[in-house]
Amino acid sequence: MKKLLALLLCLVMVIPFAGCSEEDEGFKVGFIFLHDENSTYDKNFIDAAKAATKALGLKDSQVVFKVNIPEDNACYEAAAELVDDGCDLIFADSFGHEDFMIKAAKEFKDVIFCHATGTKAHTENLPNYFNAFATIYEGRFLAGVAAGLKINDMIANGDAAEAKMGYVGAHPYAEVISGLSSFYLGAKYVCPDVTMSVKYTNSWFDITAENEAANALIKEGCVLISQHADSEGAPKACEAAGVPNVAYNLDTREWGPSTALVSSKINWQPYFEHIIDAAMNDKEITQDYCGTLENDGVQILGLNEDVAAPGTAEKLEEVKAQLIAGEIKVFDTTTFTVGGKTITEYEADVDSDPDYTGDTQVVADGYFHESEYRSAPYFDLKIDGITFPKEN
Amino acid sequence: MHSKDTNAKNITTQINEPLFHVTKRAQISWQKSWAIRIIAIASSLVICALIIVLITGLNPLTVYSAIFDGSFSSERKIWNLLRELSMLLCVSLAVTPAFKMKFWNIGAEGQGLVGALASAACMIYLGDKLPNSNLLLVMLLSSLAAGALWGFIPAYFKAKFNTNETLFTLMMNYIAIQLVAYFVLLWENPKGSSIVGIINSSTGAGYLPVIGGKQYLLPILIVALVTGVMYIYLRYTKQGYEISVVGESQNTAKYVGINVKKVIIRTMIISGALCGLAGFLFVSGIDYTINANLIGGLGFTAIMVSWLAKFNPVYMIMSSFLIVFLDRGASEIATDFRLNESIADALTGIILFFIIGSEFFIQYQLKFRKRGNNK
Repeated sequence: MKKLLALLLCLVMVIPFAGCSEEDEGFKVGFIFLHDENSTYDKNFIDAAKAATKALGLKDSQVVFKVNIPEDNACYEAAAELVDDGCDLIFADSFGHEDFMIKAAKEFKDVIFCHATGTKAHTENLPNYFNAFATIYEGRFLAGVAAGLKINDMIANGDAAEAKMGYVGAHPYAEVISGLSSFYLGAKYVCPDVTMSVKYTNSWFDITAENEAANALIKEGCVLISQHADSEGAPKACEAAGVPNVAYNLDTREWGPSTALVSSKINWQPYFEHIIDAAMNDKEITQDYCGTLENDGVQILGLNEDVAAPGTAEKLEEVKAQLIAGEIKVFDTTTFTVGGKTITEYEADVDSDPDYTGDTQVVADGYFHESEYRSAPYFDLKIDGITFPKEN
Repeated sequence: MHSKDTNAKNITTQINEPLFHVTKRAQISWQKSWAIRIIAIASSLVICALIIVLITGLNPLTVYSAIFDGSFSSERKIWNLLRELSMLLCVSLAVTPAFKMKFWNIGAEGQGLVGALASAACMIYLGDKLPNSNLLLVMLLSSLAAGALWGFIPAYFKAKFNTNETLFTLMMNYIAIQLVAYFVLLWENPKGSSIVGIINSSTGAGYLPVIGGKQYLLPILIVALVTGVMYIYLRYTKQGYEISVVGESQNTAKYVGINVKKVIIRTMIISGALCGLAGFLFVSGIDYTINANLIGGLGFTAIMVSWLAKFNPVYMIMSSFLIVFLDRGASEIATDFRLNESIADALTGIILFFIIGSEFFIQYQLKFRKRGNNK
């Protein structure tokens, strides 16, 4: 009994000292992630954050990662704890974090808050709250070109009867619709007869639902699958069925060595370097930053020569150069119709409001100006050739 | 199960006495029971230290100090600890009467969710129609009613048709989750995003008043009050006694004239309503939003809290503290050392395993073969 008491006393004495070890002073950046590296979406951010902080010479003690932070008050508390920890710059990666980041930004005015995929920086107009996204529709368009070439090749070889693609989407809102439409238009650019069928999982990360959706699309007769969801569900379903797969944010050749075709991703490293550099050196941060093909914010990766049609790499280089030069517009209104009609004007919901009313004219000069009035996508037209699930 | 020292020599020549046997303790002093618990915690820390060193190569002492930091290194963390503790305690208090009655209510998650849903609905539809005090009252009552209904349904079927309440309450969770998912689609902003965002962020309608600048103080006080009331209810009231009797033996309860069906239904209404209260506190005092993960698994963790405390509301303060403390420590480890949260959760699991295991040694005693008996 006495020994126990002694042990207990020792513990009690050690604990207060243990709690007092303060980290060294200096610049500190905190990252809030919805999931951990098991999600392709978050892994893309985590990898970029590690690369950017390393490139800028930050020590591990100057970089704090908080993972598995849900999209509720927990995000605000995580941000507040990071402020207490001495962070000068705090970043969050998921759409649903936005309201809670804004709440924190209003409270902690001398800390900079950056949020990816959000829409409210340009309407809230806070001096310390910033959004970022990328023209990922350009990357998806390029991935679509690779998909279209592959389908042409499959039809020529007799491996496919019909040019029909399938798409597994997470949630039916602008970010996903913009992505799937640009992917479809890329395929259509080289394979004019292509059609596409879409299924939603209503979740960003649901291995089973994504797997089932991909299998259902394959059963429907889709000869190529792409997805905008964050798990290995769809790529693995494609590998099992031997159907080519176009991925997002990650080189998925590991999951589908014989079916992973190509992937497009947002490269967050330039953005992270921009905000960290700005925060460290009191420079201005772009209120609504947009990564592009040109500034390396959008990338094509993991082109699988074993799967891709011959000449894909060259074609992608060519189209990429034309996109950067502005010779090709992804949402060129002469290349698609909506309900059989060519679009000449469209008011998009650029400024978020509860009724989703359109507020900004985004069609001009013969194309839909995506990601120009705010970085987060607002293209939500349902173009002909794509079969969407029935509205709920 | 017992040894006879008188014949020990004779017996051991014929049969091999086992190394030890297990006997139930008649009673145990509180000092001894706490000593056993402390030994359990200390040994779990040693095992965890081994795992930390073997897998991560970190110094276990710095890891343990990080666990402590997770709850106590700043005023905000202490408030967060208290908030999480009180919400876990609230749900644990809610399931306790049902468990004490041996009604396995594993539907606290769903009962809490429908409570949260009711509050969120009031905030959205009545936010600009009622003054805040009335609105809060309507929210509270509708949350209590929604939770009570979610508790009443399985209780009614149990009382009437003797259905299996474990499966029934579990199924009710999924219905609640789908119901919330449906309403999230209805209220989402922007369309298609499945995100409701902060409700009434510009007006603050339906938000619990903030006392002394501390957002969580009022929810914490409310749970403290509920703890006291529940303690008295279970211990000193006739209804509390009836719950104990029904839990011990339904037949005994019948013979002494207790209406068992009525007790089951009444208790589950109370249990569900308290879960609804937790939902109300989440929406009006903490998160100001609604989603299917809002209760965050507390409905299941609460079962452990309640059992660990042997259904005593005061001990439940300690068991919920322990679980919240370990949980916050786990995410602090994950953050501080850039470990995957899974390893931190594994450590928490080991500590809990030892603590639950220690209850065995408090209830039972190992009697070792006396030295010399075998000679």
